[in-house]
Order: sequence, then structure tokens, then C-alpha cells
Amino acid sequence: MISHADLGWQSLSPDIDSLVRLFRDAGIPTEVHNTLQGRAKLVTIDPGFWGKAAAVAAANRIRWCAVWGEHCPPQIHIFAALAGRDGHLLLETMVADRQAELPSQTPFFPAANRPERYLQDMFGVRFFDHPDKRRWIRHQAWQEGQYPLLKTFSLAGSPEDMTPPDCLYPFVPVEGEGVYEIPVGPVHAGIIEPGHFRFQAMGEDILSLEEHLGYVHKGIEKCAEGRDVRGLARLAGRVSGDSTVAHTWAACQACEAAVGITLPRRALAIRAILAERERIANHLGDIGACCNDVGFTFAQAQCSRLRELWQRQNSDVFGHRLLMDVVVPGGVSRDLDARQIEVLNKAIEQLRHELQDLLPLLYEYPSLQDRLRATGVLSLKKARSLGVLGFLARASGECWDLRRDAPYGPYDDMVITVPHTLEGDASGRLRIRGDEILVSLDLLEEMLKKLPSGEVRVEFPVVSGDCRGIGLVEGWRGEILAYVHLDAAGAVSRYFPRDPSWLNWPALEAMIEGVIVPDFPLCNKSVNGSYSGHDL
Amino acid sequence: MFDVLVKIFKTGCLTEKVPPPDQTVMELGSACQKEIARIFGKSLAIRMVDAGSCNGCELEMHALNNGFYDIERFGIHFVASPRHADLLLVTGPVARHMQAALKGTYDATPNPKLVIAMGDCGADGGEFGVSYASCGAVANVIPVDAVIRGCPPTPLQLMQGILELLRGR
Repeated sequence: MISHADLGWQSLSPDIDSLVRLFRDAGIPTEVHNTLQGRAKLVTIDPGFWGKAAAVAAANRIRWCAVWGEHCPPQIHIFAALAGRDGHLLLETMVADRQAELPSQTPFFPAANRPERYLQDMFGVRFFDHPDKRRWIRHQAWQEGQYPLLKTFSLAGSPEDMTPPDCLYPFVPVEGEGVYEIPVGPVHAGIIEPGHFRFQAMGEDILSLEEHLGYVHKGIEKCAEGRDVRGLARLAGRVSGDSTVAHTWAACQACEAAVGITLPRRALAIRAILAERERIANHLGDIGACCNDVGFTFAQAQCSRLRELWQRQNSDVFGHRLLMDVVVPGGVSRDLDARQIEVLNKAIEQLRHELQDLLPLLYEYPSLQDRLRATGVLSLKKARSLGVLGFLARASGECWDLRRDAPYGPYDDMVITVPHTLEGDASGRLRIRGDEILVSLDLLEEMLKKLPSGEVRVEFPVVSGDCRGIGLVEGWRGEILAYVHLDAAGAVSRYFPRDPSWLNWPALEAMIEGVIVPDFPLCNKSVNGSYSGHDL
Repeated sequence: MFDVLVKIFKTGCLTEKVPPPDQTVMELGSACQKEIARIFGKSLAIRMVDAGSCNGCELEMHALNNGFYDIERFGIHFVASPRHADLLLVTGPVARHMQAALKGTYDATPNPKLVIAMGDCGADGGEFGVSYASCGAVANVIPVDAVIRGCPPTPLQLMQGILELLRGR
């Protein structure tokens, strides 16, 4: 049984300065650097201490966020992002590119499992003590021993005319009388992205689920190399089309931090208006889709109607139904006039009015809740150990939200309510998403009311020297991290976007044990990880 | 139950009946329906294949099923298997990791197996182009009958694109 006292975990985690002290107390020499700009502190450590640093962090309730690399011949720089009570700490270390080896952080943070295997596939970094040596992102498009993110590997690569299917990925088998396997995907039955799910089942009960992703790996990081910041923003807007605002914002935030420009408050407010509108559109669509997956089509009809109206307004006011390319380096491409503000306010009022009918109905409707309650339960303990993010975490009682915990403009002078619950089931996730819509509507109203005057865009300056920046934005799925390195000519030499799906996909495997096969689509939709944002 | 009925009653009928002059749901839909009747009898079955998209195109494809477009009323519906499909609606630059799956889906589709490449990425690789990881345009992997550009194309552009393909048959 979980008590509410457990929810204090986050406030018990140390702040970033204390974490650095804890590292030093543990005998890990750390050097603080200011070679990277943004809302995170950078320290370098010796590669030998990489695992130990994770052990210290894990013992002190630190959240593990990401690991990524950058090839600066003859070295590979490896970064790990850790979150404490007041923000993020980036660990940096260097290994030789010819024999890249590093202790694994996975034994201390299960969340590091796939990201480290991604580094292994993309840079050739070997992690000692990693519990799973299998490849992760590489299928058959390039050979073992080739590493696409090394600078010696060209964007074009040397692919075969026909890339063979990845039939031989070594799934973990389950044996026993009556156990059977269900392979699903990559082409799914519905209108969704491709990925492979391997179920081991007995009768209706799922014994285990193993995900095999990477099908939509399209070389986003390599594609980014050499682009200017505008080109990078366009690309970032297509990392995951449903999170176009959040990813573009994170990438732009990283670029803007790197060159040290401050945006006008009006530009920041409009970005946040776009981000909250994106959150609402996705929550609406997914609430309907979750209900549809258990045959409650009424909710689907209602939610898809509200979503369509919302998207049409996106198009009328911002010129794009999904809000692509409205966030640009230096600000936003569209301003709001008085008439548009009025129109937006009216839609907020209308949607709130609609949801007053709809949400209580969905939260209480017996035949719907009968399917949602106790289905796909993700315990607080599991959520914490996997480092899951966004509404998925908040539905299991873990309530990180960058808008409140590591705020950025314009959220830095707003009070952010973060709905959370301890249920951890599909019903809880649906309710958190509904409640988040209501919070976003309030935020939208507040921002429109207090919209600062001034410019919505500043000129992105000519880059005067090699610089690096980090962007951290709370998208509708959760925390998005973007790392950008611009060279002296202002071209991108490294872009790494970390979609929250990296941390949320493993939660689907964890919640599915004991669930019946017909409830899988509901569980999958109630998590709604991005395939594209993960596969890159 | 009562609440549901009240909500349904209050929502009323959304289906757009009296459209402004051009490019409208009703006009496009009826025109599609006429062409479908000519070529296929009664309905057009679409199998969608995401071969590497960012998911933007999929969101707009979903929108075709909402009450405003309600594309099923014109005899157009999405099916779960390529074996039931008349048309493949393919999105994305084709990721190399999806090349075999797309080819397999195409081979499993019965004739006339029309193919539409949807979105700028499907048309020419879009932002991602051709690389170690991407085959680029859908036409680089399977024969394509029509292209619907846009990033992503709107639901109306999708209907328009389907209509143009059918008219040309």
C-alpha cells in the first residue's frame, strides 16, 4: 500500500549543487564547466567514475533523464542528464573513439538500458556491466561494426538496394506447456505508427511483452548535421509530428541558449499558448481513442469533434492545423491581434463548457470504467524506477513537471497546477489527461489576458564561435530535452532530441503482465509512446 | 446512459450539409462516391502504411473519420489488412527498416492495388531525403499512382487527392 507520504519523493531529492557535493564526498572528482548554456549545470568526470556517479545519484533519489554522445574526433563525448529537485545536472565524459568503453549506468537506472544500447549501435560505445548486450536501434540497414553517428560515417551511408527485414532479433522466449507467441507488427491494423510487439501468452493472459522498435529510424540526428538553425527548427518540428511545438521549442531554446539571446516575453507567451494548445489537442484525441479501444464510440465521436474544432482554429489563427513551423529560432512566426485573442478566448470558454458535460460522464460511466479501472497498472515504484514522464508518471503518483519544477519563460511567473493520482491504471491516465486539459485552458486564458506587448521575434544572431546549448520543455507527453552544438560558422554539428517516449515505452512492457490480450490496444493507447520520436 | 443521450441530443448533427461553393467535404465526397461506384462498385477500402512518417500524416488521416468529414458515408473506409484493400495510403520517407515491410504489404494487396504517397516525405523524402536510414520517396520502393503533397495534407486535400486518382482511372 502506498501512502501519500511517498509522494514527497521529489521534494526529498537533492538540489543540483548538493548532488555535485555528494559526488565529491563519494570520491568522484568533478569539474564544473560553463561551456554549455541553458538551464542545466555541466560537470565533467573521468570515464572510470561513470557507473559510480550513477550509483550515488540513484541512492539519492535522482531522476535519470538521458544519455547521448557526440563524436569530436578522436574522442566521443558522452553526456548523461540527471534531474534533482531544482533542475538538471549534465555529466560529461570523454572516451577514445577507437576503443570506446564506459561503465554502464543501467544497473542503477533501468531507464538507461535502451539509450545505452542506442549509443552502442550509433557510436560503437561498449558499456561494461550492461545487463543486455543485444542491439537496439540497428536492424539491417547498416552492418554491425558501422556506426552512423561517427563523423567518418557519411549521411548517405552504403545501403543495399533492398534492406532485408529484421527477422532474427533475439526475443526472450517464454517456455512451458500452453505458452504461445503472438507477433504483432511492424504494420499494425489501425492508423498508427509501425513497431513490433512480441507477446508471450497463455490463454487470454499476457505473460510478457517485448517491444522491438526502430522501424521508423530515419537518421534525424545525422540529417541535422550541417543545417542552419532555421533548418534545424523545421527538422525538430518533425521529430514527432504530434509534438511539433514542443520539440521545435526545445531545439530553439537550446540554440538560443547557446548563442545567449533572450527572447521577448510576448514571443515566449505565444510559444506557451501554442504548446498548451498542442497538449489539449493530443489529450482530446487520445481520450477519445482510448474509449474507442474499449468500444465506447460515443466518447470518440465527441472528442474527435472537439479536436477537429480546435485544429481548425489552429489553422485559422496560426496557419497550420498541427501548428508546425510557428515556433522559429528567435521567437514565433505569428503574432496575435485583438480579434484573434477574442476568438481564442471564445473557443476556450466553449471547450470548457463542453468538457463540463463530457469529462464527469467519462470518469463515472460504469461500462467504460469497468474496462479502464485496474487495467494496465503501473505502480508508483515501477514508474519511479523507470523514470517515466508526463501524464503517465503523474497517473502513478510521480508528478514531475518542468513547467513547475524547472520553469522557463513564460511559466516562470505562473502558478502551475499538476494533477496527479496514485491509481496508475488506464482510468487514472484518462482522468489525468482530462484534468490536464482543464489546467491548460486556465493557463491559456491567463496568458491571453496578460499577453505582454512587444516583439514576437528577434533576429537570430550570427554565431561568433563554437557553442553548445540545452533545451528543456514540458511537452504533452512529458519532458523533452534537446542538445544542440553549433560550430563557428553557425551550422549544426550535433542535434540530439530526447523524446519522453524513450522513458515511457518500457512502462508499457511493465504494466502489461497479467493483462488480457484484448486489453493491449487500450494499454498501448493510454501510454501513447511516439515511435518516430523514439526511433529518430 | 441518460447523460449520454442528453449529450448526443445537445450535440446534434454535425455533418456539413450546406457547404460554401468550392472544395467542400460534401462536393468532394459525392464526387469520390461517384467514381468509386464506377470503378469498384460500392466502396473503396484503404490500408494505410506508415513507412517512416513523423505521425503528422496519421493524425490528419484520423481526422477523416471524425463527424465533420465522416468519410465512410462516401464509401471510403480504412481496413486492417492489405488483403482487404483496394488502395494503399503510404506515409513517410520510407525508412530502410520499413522497406521490406512496405514491399510485403504491397505484395499482399490484391489488384488493382492503387498506391498513394501521402505528404511531402512520401512525395520526395521531405525533410529527411535519402540517406543511410531512409529510402526517400515511396516511389523509390513501390510503384505509386498518385501523390498528395502537404506537411501534412489536410483532410480536404486528402479527399481531393483520392478523387483525382479515381478520376484518372
